[in-house]
Parts: sequence; structure tokens; C-alpha cells
Amino acid sequence: MRFMILIKANPDSEAGVMPSEKLLTEMTKFNEELVRAGILLAGEGLHPSAKGARVRFSGNKRTVIDGPFAETKELIAGFWLWEVKSKEEAIEWVKRVPNPDGGESEIEIRQVFSPEDFAASDPSGEIMKKEQELRALTESRLN
Amino acid sequence: MVRDVGLAEELAQDALVVALEKWPKAGVPDNPGAWLMATAKHRAIDHMRRGKQVERKHEEIGHEMEAKQEAAMPDLDAMMDDDVGDDLLRLIFTACHPVLSTDARVALTLRLLGGLTTEEIARAYLVPEPTVAQRIVRAKRTLAEAKVPYEVPRGPELAERLSSVLQVIYLIFNEGYSATAGDDWMRPELCQDALRLGRILAELTPREPEVHGLVALMEIQASRARARVSPSGAPILLLEQNRALWDQLLIRRGLVALERALKLGGAPGPYVLQAAIAACHARARTAEETDWERIAELYGVLARVAPSPVVELNRAVAVAMAHGPAEGLEIVDALMSEPSLEGYHLLPSVRGDFLFKLGRLGEARAEFERAASLTRNAREKELLLGRAAACGDVAPEVKPPRSRNRRN
Repeated sequence: MRFMILIKANPDSEAGVMPSEKLLTEMTKFNEELVRAGILLAGEGLHPSAKGARVRFSGNKRTVIDGPFAETKELIAGFWLWEVKSKEEAIEWVKRVPNPDGGESEIEIRQVFSPEDFAASDPSGEIMKKEQELRALTESRLN
Repeated sequence: MVRDVGLAEELAQDALVVALEKWPKAGVPDNPGAWLMATAKHRAIDHMRRGKQVERKHEEIGHEMEAKQEAAMPDLDAMMDDDVGDDLLRLIFTACHPVLSTDARVALTLRLLGGLTTEEIARAYLVPEPTVAQRIVRAKRTLAEAKVPYEVPRGPELAERLSSVLQVIYLIFNEGYSATAGDDWMRPELCQDALRLGRILAELTPREPEVHGLVALMEIQASRARARVSPSGAPILLLEQNRALWDQLLIRRGLVALERALKLGGAPGPYVLQAAIAACHARARTAEETDWERIAELYGVLARVAPSPVVELNRAVAVAMAHGPAEGLEIVDALMSEPSLEGYHLLPSVRGDFLFKLGRLGEARAEFERAASLTRNAREKELLLGRAAACGDVAPEVKPPRSRNRRN
């Protein structure tokens, strides 16, 4: 299953302080481990919210609010997308995220929807049955 | 380290028990995987020392390893990662050893590397659990009797053994790919298991283009999972899929893996070629944008590297899309006497399509009807009979445009 790992902002990340060399080295090493374990799909770090904006929706109205935003702890500083076997595995990996500078921060783990999550609309198992046909029709040709 | 998979697995389980006992007290170590493998190794060393048949050599290796581990305490993690990598690789090659039947390789790989229980494997493959259990027991016995060394093959043996590993991974993937929905979520998980094994293997053997080729192929095929079934459950053919539903992240990963494979150079193997074909489809934003010329060319190379009537049939379709139905028909006609395609409904179905596009409606109708009689799939039968009926309705001089998708 796919999880989005949300790295929450802290005063440093919001102030645009670049990560220390030690943190960068350890993060690179950690990312390499994720790749070698076959679980890292994608990941990016985000600029401080000062460089971002929000669009607020109210019916047909759209209001644009420029950053920075106040609630630092609720903001996101970066993310990974992982493909793991279980939430427990994701938690184990998140526990190992390096934090060499000893600061306070939080990482949130959220499961990503996948096609099978929508199968509640297939109580009769009809989709499952059709799968057999699907294979016959598509696998043997044009990939 | 130990020659015997059964033993290796037991030791691994031993280590797991130790972990379960120790972790609650001491906390989970920084690198649980490496820690497990290190514990398993210590156990293996104990085991070898205890055994009467222990050779001095083994003990030396054991000492060496312990010494190495103690000396390298500060950077234990990094060292362990490499050792874990080697162990994994040995395990993959052993589980996929050609001395085993294909079914046994698949079961053993899922059990030892995918971490699935026999019950889960049985569920995934819709066979009774005792069958799987027996398959695994027999496979381990076969490996022991054949004295298969627990190691990564080298030299000329590597290519052959690697192709067996890739085949097993791809088989697992395909088993999962056929089930993107249903009551039993084990099967899509097989897809993920195969992808993960492929991704791990690609990091362990970064210089093998076919490994990256297989990963690319699986990533790109997996990218289409969401688009392959309509809301009503009907299968959707590649050219009719809503490309907005394709997973762009997986496509990107697939294209990167393909690039890695091509950068390594050498003549592309079957997985790299299939990935390159899949990539052509992935790059086309609409079905009409598909580079059929390139696909036909790639199928031509694939037909030389890994000749098979089904590849040839696919080539015929691509050639027809690129150069018109007449050229496709020529290839298909050469396949008509192919014994392995006898009873294969896609042959008359494709041939009927070419004939239809060439305006030879009487012959097309006969082919569609023959295809309909060969398929066991009700929905497909209906489609084919519909096409057969259409041959009677359409006036011979009205040729449908060449770029239209085939619906058969």
C-alpha cells in the first residue's frame, strides 16, 4: 500500500534555514536506504510557506491569500511517497528518519487511496469476474 | 553462509523470535532488517559450531565475520546493509534456481522474499493451502538434494540464472496484474510484491540492463491499473483507456528505469524491448499520437531476440497501424499454419480486422465468426459476433479510417 509521509514544518524550515551538512548527509543516506528497500516512489522538500499561497473557496468566490502562514506546526515542509506492506512498516521506517540537529518536529503518515479502495462498489464481485476477461483481452496484445 | 535454504529460513525465524523477545525490552534497533540478518548470522555461526560436520573453513569464516563486525562497530549499519544485500541476492538466486519447477520457484520466492505465509500464497494463486505448503517443502528438499550452493552465480551462469529470477518476478507481477479489483485484495498485492522485488533487485544488481528493463516494464504496466476496468467492470483495451487515469508517477519511474537500462549499453534483451514498447504507449498523450512506426520496429527486434508467434502477431498489429492493413495481413498470413496458435482466437480476430479494413468483408466475416467460436469469453464473443454482423451491413466500398481503434 501507498503512504504519503508528510514532514511537518518547524520554525527553522519556515524561516528558510537550509539544512545542516550533517542532516543533508544523513538524509541522503536514509533516502538511499529507502531506494534499496524498494519502497521510495517519490519525495520532495518544500520551500517555506512565505513563497506559497492559498486559495480559499467559498461557493463561487475565490480568495487568494499569500504566505507565510502562521500555524507552523500544521504546515508541510516536505513529503515522501512510499510503497510498503503495512502501516506498521511505514511507522518503522519513519522512526528511523534522521534528526541529528535534535530539533522538535513531527512526521505524519497517511495512506493513499488505491483502485481497490473503491471496490466497495463491487459487492457482487462482478468486477473480479470481469478481470479474467480483461486479462485475456489485454495481456496477449500490445502490452 | 549456510548451504541449505531450509536451515537459512529456520535461522531467520530464530532471529525473529529473538527479536520479539528482545525488542520490547531494548527497543527496536535502528535498522531492524540488518539487525535480523546479523542475529541470523550469529545463530548460523552457533549452529555450525555445534554441528559435528563443521569444517574448519566455516569456522574461520565465522570468526572473520564476527571479528569484522566487532571491528566495524561504529559503522555497523553501513556494513550490515551490504551484507544484507548479499544475503538477499543469494536468497533470490536460490529460490529461483532452474532445478525447481516454475510453480515451486514462485512459491518459494513469495515465501522467502515476499514474506507471504503459505496461506496468503494459496489465496493469491487460488490453490489449496496444503498444495502450496507441499510445493515449498518439496522445493527445499530438491535444493538440498541437488546440493545447490547458496550463492550468487558468477560468469556465464549468471545470465541464465538471472533470466530465471526475472521470469519468476514477472510471473508474480502478471498474476497480480490480472486482479485490480475484487473481493480478495491479495492479488493486487502480488503486483506490489513483484514491483518491490524488482526495485530491490535493481539496486542490488545495478549493472544488469534486463533487471532495469523488467522494472521499467512493470512500472509502466502498473501505471495503467486504474484505467483498465470501466466502472461497470468491463475491461478496457489499451487504446481505449482514459489516459488521464494513468499513474504519471509510475510512468516517470518506468521511463527512468528504461533509461538506466539503455545507458548500460549492449544489445537490448526481451525485457528492455518490451519496456521500450510499453514506453511508446506511455509517452503518447492520446492513442492517435502513438508512434506505431517505432513500436513495429521494436517488435521486429523483439521477434529476433525472443521469437514467438504471439510476438509476431503483435508485430503484425503494429505494422498494420504504421503501414496499413495489407502489410499486417502479410505477417498474419504467414502465421496461419503455426501450430501453437491453433485455437488462439486472437489470430482470426486480428486477421478479420485487417480484412475488414481492406474491404474484404466476406472473408472478414468468416474470420470474426471463427474467432467468436474459439473464445470462451462471453463478452468477447459478443463483440466478435457484432463485428461479423457489421461485415454484412457495410457496403464494400466504404472503408473505415485506418487510425480507428480495433474493437475485437
